[in-house]
Amino acid sequence: MSAFRSLSWAMALGLLRDRTAVFFMLIFPLMLLALFGVLFQNESTSRSAIVQVGDVAVLDDLPEAEFAALSDALTIEKTADRERALEEVREGDVDAAVWEEDGRVQLRYSAADAARAGTVQGLMRSVVQGANLAATGLPATYELATDQVEDKSVKAIQYFTPGLLGWAIAMGASFMSAFTLVQWRRKRILRRLWLAPVGPGTVISARIGVSLAFSFVQVAIFLAVATMPYFGLKLTGNWWLSLPLVACGTLSFMSIGLLIGAWAKSDEAANGALQVVIMPMAFLSGSFFPTGDMPGWLSTVADFLPLAHLNTSLQDVLSRGGGWGDALPVMGGLLLFTAVVTAVAARLFRWDST
Amino acid sequence: MIDNTAAIDVRGLRKRYGDVQAVDGVTFEVARGEFYGILGPNGAGKTTTLELVEGLRQPDEGSAHLLGEPSWPRSKRLLRRIGVQLQASAFFEKLTAREQIHTFAALYGASRERADAMLDTVGLTEKRDVRDDKLSGGQAQRLSIACALVHDPELVFLDEPTTGLDPQARRNLWDLLRGINSTGRTVVLTTHYMDEAELLCDRVAIMDAGRILRVGPPADLIRELGANNLEDVFLQLTGREYRE
Ligand SMILES: Nc1ncnc2c1ncn2[C@@H]1O[C@H](COP(=O)(O)OP(=O)(O)O)[C@@H](O)[C@H]1O
Ligand SMILES: [Mg+2]
Repeated sequence: MSAFRSLSWAMALGLLRDRTAVFFMLIFPLMLLALFGVLFQNESTSRSAIVQVGDVAVLDDLPEAEFAALSDALTIEKTADRERALEEVREGDVDAAVWEEDGRVQLRYSAADAARAGTVQGLMRSVVQGANLAATGLPATYELATDQVEDKSVKAIQYFTPGLLGWAIAMGASFMSAFTLVQWRRKRILRRLWLAPVGPGTVISARIGVSLAFSFVQVAIFLAVATMPYFGLKLTGNWWLSLPLVACGTLSFMSIGLLIGAWAKSDEAANGALQVVIMPMAFLSGSFFPTGDMPGWLSTVADFLPLAHLNTSLQDVLSRGGGWGDALPVMGGLLLFTAVVTAVAARLFRWDST
Repeated sequence: MIDNTAAIDVRGLRKRYGDVQAVDGVTFEVARGEFYGILGPNGAGKTTTLELVEGLRQPDEGSAHLLGEPSWPRSKRLLRRIGVQLQASAFFEKLTAREQIHTFAALYGASRERADAMLDTVGLTEKRDVRDDKLSGGQAQRLSIACALVHDPELVFLDEPTTGLDPQARRNLWDLLRGINSTGRTVVLTTHYMDEAELLCDRVAIMDAGRILRVGPPADLIRELGANNLEDVFLQLTGREYRE
């Protein structure tokens, strides 16, 4: 085996046998993906619910087609007991109760959720007015024509798959390069390799090769899980642009790891510094929730975070139909970041931990 | 063509760490096939001397030639001909004994068969699937020596290979080292054990405070100075008791 292959192999084995590392870089982000996937499954399709007490002519006599259309927005339960129905409204189990009394349709709603209450009132008003118009036997003067447009906003899974993936890659690449440096220095492998007939280029390219391979494995597993019908991620045309993006992202996070590994004297110090850097970066970069409402100065901070740019452009190419135009500037920025941070790390680098 | 240059030719090496003059003008020569010992108490500068000679660190002053070539700057051609065991065992994270030595073999372009044979030579065949952190002190030292020898180097450096071992493990390691030397390799070893130097080395350099005080075969040193053993030699040279 060549020096490059055997070094890569040694690093990959060391990584795969580190259960904690595999858990935090692969299993944990996947668990979050699955959890978010389940939690936000029905986020956008929340229907209002009402209870109908006894007979209500305007609802009962609704033509089949109109009733079906109404059912898209409204679930209608039936009961005979008005008191129980009102109790359910109070408890928040349903949004409103409706009954008919002396020719008037009575609606009682809870104000706990103003938006839902408004929806229910609007729906019932249109049903009543439709019935009034039908009762006059006259043709309608105005008509509302509707049609659906493809919405530009993203469904939950389209949003958090790129975000969580970016975070997983940031953790994997930065932890691996920091720990390689700290552990190899502690175990004097760095010194030992200096005394072996291999160039620094071979060692560095093996390290980069293993990290890139691991990042691509993360991408493959994430996309495989998120595109399962249950989670329903729809990949857009240029999704494969995520690969060069992830490669550039991996390099930039490796450079962060190098900087921390060059500075840290022990595994604990490296671990602490990585947590302090990666977690806030993930929050500010919108890995876990949208950051549109961040105060201005925080968005300025986020502009300097490689993960923020990786997340946005991953989202662009994975689920918003973005292309080279979205990916190229980000790739350039990530590589520039890598160059600057690596140069700083090289100045801080020490051979020995003492 | 027979190369008659000395295995090691060291002149005027100096190295300073901050306020500490770790190596303070060291000069010595080692002949091919010789078993050479550097003996001295902790902090004498043995490790630093070895690191300068191996080309691991750049000397402030002086030079070291190995097999006729300068050891600094680093040359891959020379590195292929020397084998080094660092004072602390340098192993890859989470690999078994066999995987460690296979990795080192690949770095030097040696075959896997050769690596397995080396593992057998140091008596670790049974422990080949054990990870480095589960090996005993003596086993780790033997693995480390096996890794240093996997490419069949002409010149071998060992830094305190028997420190921290129990008496039985030390004796086993001594047999191994004598075996390595008897196949014609030049061996340089540092130690702070008098008995080890006396038993193994053709010549010893007695080192203290960054300087070599005296060089010679152990028996000659003892005779010349009218001492009973190397411990007395050290006392006579430095005026203080030898503390390990
Ligand atoms: N990397 C280093 N940085 C600073 N001081 C060092 C370093 N290595 C060794 N020293 C100091 O140099 C002196 C010689 O150390 P060393 O060569 O390790 O001696 P020995 O191997 O004989 O015990 C000691 O005082 C030690 O503290
Ligand atoms: Mg030492």
